[in-house]
Amino acid sequence: MTTVDERKSNGIGKDLAIYACLLVLAGLQFVIAYQKIGAAQMFGRMLTVACVEAGLAALFFMHLWTEKRGFLLFVAIFTIAVLLGLQFGWTDSTRMVVGAPFSK
Amino acid sequence: MSQADSTVEGQVTGLTIGPAFSIPTKKLAMWLFIIADTMTFAACLVAYGFLRNGSADWPRPFHSITNVAVMTLILLTSSLTMLVGLRAARAGDKAGAFRWTMITAAAGVLFALLHVREWLGLIGEGMTLFKNPWGTGLFGASFFSITGLHLSHVTGGVIALVVVGVRYKGGRYNADDIEVLGLYWHFVDLVWMFVVPLVYLLNLAH
Repeated sequence: MTTVDERKSNGIGKDLAIYACLLVLAGLQFVIAYQKIGAAQMFGRMLTVACVEAGLAALFFMHLWTEKRGFLLFVAIFTIAVLLGLQFGWTDSTRMVVGAPFSK
Repeated sequence: MSQADSTVEGQVTGLTIGPAFSIPTKKLAMWLFIIADTMTFAACLVAYGFLRNGSADWPRPFHSITNVAVMTLILLTSSLTMLVGLRAARAGDKAGAFRWTMITAAAGVLFALLHVREWLGLIGEGMTLFKNPWGTGLFGASFFSITGLHLSHVTGGVIALVVVGVRYKGGRYNADDIEVLGLYWHFVDLVWMFVVPLVYLLNLAH
């Protein structure tokens, strides 16, 4: 079933390297959790690390990197569009904070 | 017109159109499921952020990161064992592929047990879906919903690992099925990378 296949067969070494990177990045999230910074800054840093982790896992563990470029673009564009579309609720969330959910 | 399109005496026919992106059908179906599931988890996490941002007394009940750190380590390692199993399957090593697939399933079971233990601990401290001793009751609902959704994915994945592993060993499934299942398992791991910081680490009691 492999696709653009055997150019991705670099042995277990690459998988171990990605695994090690993921462990380090996961550890970094725990370090960030104990930093003396604001919640918004902490959220931004953790989300950035999580996105890098997810990217590595999708590209190398799920072999997206070695699929056809068209498919990579399809997955990336579709997913990013949905994630961006979900962000329209934040303004309402802020209205809730100030106690005016139906403010003009 | 793509290369996959073909003509019969000048007429375009759909019967001979190849799979989209030259990806085998089962694999494409799994990817489409993963994309759809991404929307589900993203919607849950954004809704969680919405509630957290809009609640003045959001609780921070987690005093230790040990449990969640161990759970993360187990899930990440299970992704690696899944890859090893896939490599064995591709190499035609049936026994090795079966063994690594079962090790992955065992890691999933361990993860689920730790998760349930954590849930029981929180329930023991008085947390339910609708109330908790620390702050807004919305926390329990969002926490149990998100982690429960993830846990259900892990449980389903463990069952699928056992079924596919056994059938692969019996000769009914092949390496392609291990690969498709591996995609699902890595996705479960990927989602956890977002659940940990948003649901656990941002709610640590300092």
